[in-house]
Amino acid sequence: MTHGGSGRRTVGVEGLSRVEGEGSLRIEVRDGSVTDVSLSIFEPPRYFEAMLVGRRHTEAPDITARICGICPVAYQMSACAAVEDACGVEVGPRIRDLRRLLYCGEWIQSHALHVTLLHAPDFLGCADAVELAERDRPSVERALRLKQAGNLLMQTVGGRAVHPVNIRVGGFYKAPEPAVIGGLADRLRVALEDALATVAWVSGFDVPDTEGDYRFVSLREPGRYPVGSGRVVSSDGLDVTPAGFADLVVEEHLARSTALHATLGGRDTYLTGPLARYSLNSASLPEVARQAAASAGLGATCTNPFRSIVVRSVELVFACVEALRLIEAYEPPSPPSVAVPGVAATGVGATEAPRGLLFHRYTLDDEGIIRHAQIVPPTSQNQGTIEADLRRVAQESLALDDEALTWRCEQTVRNHDPCISCAAHFLDVTVDRRAP
Amino acid sequence: MSPVDDRPTLAVWKFASCDGCQLSLLDCEDDLLALAGTVRIAHFTELSRATADGPYDLSLVEGSITTAADAERIQEVRMLSRTLVTIGACATAGGIQGLRNFAAGGEYASTVYAHPEYLSSLDTSTPIADHVAVDYELHGCPIDKGQLLEVIVATLAGRTPVVPGHSVCQECKANGTVCLPVAHGTPCLGPVTRAGCGALCPTVDRGCFGCFGPTDGANTASLAAHLRAGGMAPVDASRLFRTFNAGAPAFREESLAQEAAAVEEGTAP
Repeated sequence: MTHGGSGRRTVGVEGLSRVEGEGSLRIEVRDGSVTDVSLSIFEPPRYFEAMLVGRRHTEAPDITARICGICPVAYQMSACAAVEDACGVEVGPRIRDLRRLLYCGEWIQSHALHVTLLHAPDFLGCADAVELAERDRPSVERALRLKQAGNLLMQTVGGRAVHPVNIRVGGFYKAPEPAVIGGLADRLRVALEDALATVAWVSGFDVPDTEGDYRFVSLREPGRYPVGSGRVVSSDGLDVTPAGFADLVVEEHLARSTALHATLGGRDTYLTGPLARYSLNSASLPEVARQAAASAGLGATCTNPFRSIVVRSVELVFACVEALRLIEAYEPPSPPSVAVPGVAATGVGATEAPRGLLFHRYTLDDEGIIRHAQIVPPTSQNQGTIEADLRRVAQESLALDDEALTWRCEQTVRNHDPCISCAAHFLDVTVDRRAP
Repeated sequence: MSPVDDRPTLAVWKFASCDGCQLSLLDCEDDLLALAGTVRIAHFTELSRATADGPYDLSLVEGSITTAADAERIQEVRMLSRTLVTIGACATAGGIQGLRNFAAGGEYASTVYAHPEYLSSLDTSTPIADHVAVDYELHGCPIDKGQLLEVIVATLAGRTPVVPGHSVCQECKANGTVCLPVAHGTPCLGPVTRAGCGALCPTVDRGCFGCFGPTDGANTASLAAHLRAGGMAPVDASRLFRTFNAGAPAFREESLAQEAAAVEEGTAP
């Protein structure tokens, strides 16, 4: 949608699409300068933190999974980690590995969905993946195969692809049989080939030449790429426990958004997600993924947000390699879960959702009843940085006509795979520009 | 493709929800491109930035009504839709966000947001059928993608979808899964819960927790008595019925009855 008039120009899109959830975007241009940018999220609030109060600590994974149908495992894993932290329970290595395998499944299905079905059409001038399939059916079929492999992993370990049922505080209800897990290897080998082909495909896309000055934040696990545990590190030297990080994050409620805006210390915006994970941890990627990144032209860090599609594809390679390693090394945890009796305490759990760091903090009473809950999803944390990206990219792209500028702005948002269902839970873009 | 596109049109609409049920459509990997050839996907913002004006032959509606604006929007969606099918626990029963219906008005908003006055949210989360005529309801949290394809195909063919109305118990029997409550005393909502998932939980040694909502004529009082006799506290029985389908009448009434029992016992939290 475009609005013109003397001295100003307004461009808008009602319903920013190919994102999860409902929000809007408004850009104001005055005399050739971008003067205001706001990403508004009007997804109806669902009040998860309130509905958790009074529930048992063991109910947190199933309830919080319902925040997001795209990344339920992220919610389940962060919920388990927070409750186990509060209760002072550590699960053993076999449970940790099985959780990591499940999480690889979620990364594969979510990244495959985003890279090809939601994001790639922007680079190729297609309205959607259906139009893309008319032009390049093999690429879409490859993505669907990858997505299916991720879903299969989630079904096999978690019992179901959307809102898995086999996850509990302390571990799993039932450990899959080794033969069943072993049976996944052939599918994952095909998925790895598909992931490598995806990296080669997206590395050929034309991207705008732009760099963000990002404060990256992600988990770091010793010796391996971060997924489900670790300390929180940043590109400006932060290195703290998840609890220490939770203490630094300040969430603000702004009138324009039902997603809370998170900053560090009420001041500094930051970015979580693939660009941050990669830039802070590329050295710990497995060799196959590092080679794929190098041949796609990525350095050790990446600050062009339009290249996030390449980084996400490299993470697809990583997730396939890692899943294969875990499948080969699989030994069923016995028992499949450890007991986690409720205690009066507060705990924090942080894991890497496909779109970035997700942490939960729960305060329990001595019967394990949740008395306070805080859930900070990646999109709340990324909102300030997405707005900064929009401001910069819009300014750099003012020579484009209204339609192209609007599309560029939408693409800028989609670079970060925002999950608005998570954040509060559409995107409606308005660019208001007044010419000199 | 011929210049005149006479394929039926499909629209997907989202209200308050997690996106998981519409994702089930994208999860039909083997059938997605075939479906996109058979129907014209005319409105589906999660998938496409292109949108065609209605009316639409089939609208799939995900999510519940939690704002005044959405209460108006669903009226427009109804007017634009020849057939309207609701998908998932949010759309058919108010969803997990329907837990607010059990709380004092405004209590939830002030727990999460510093400025509840910025919000235009209702104190209730209600199913779509409370607002407009619904042609078919597909249950589940999330829905089953096989059932979704059956509903789409049946609707476009003008026949009634073949979706079972029996309980999860029959799925366990069909799967040959040992009855968890009988063999191990595991609390299980299977006897009162609609089939459709394939009895996933019992196959992983977990009692059913009611994702697909109550069967028609579910005897929840009898099951609750059985759970209580097995040692479950009324407050936990109340919680068990009060999750994703807490707004479905049978589950709602039983959770309230168990809550009242807890209050009477003096064990309510």
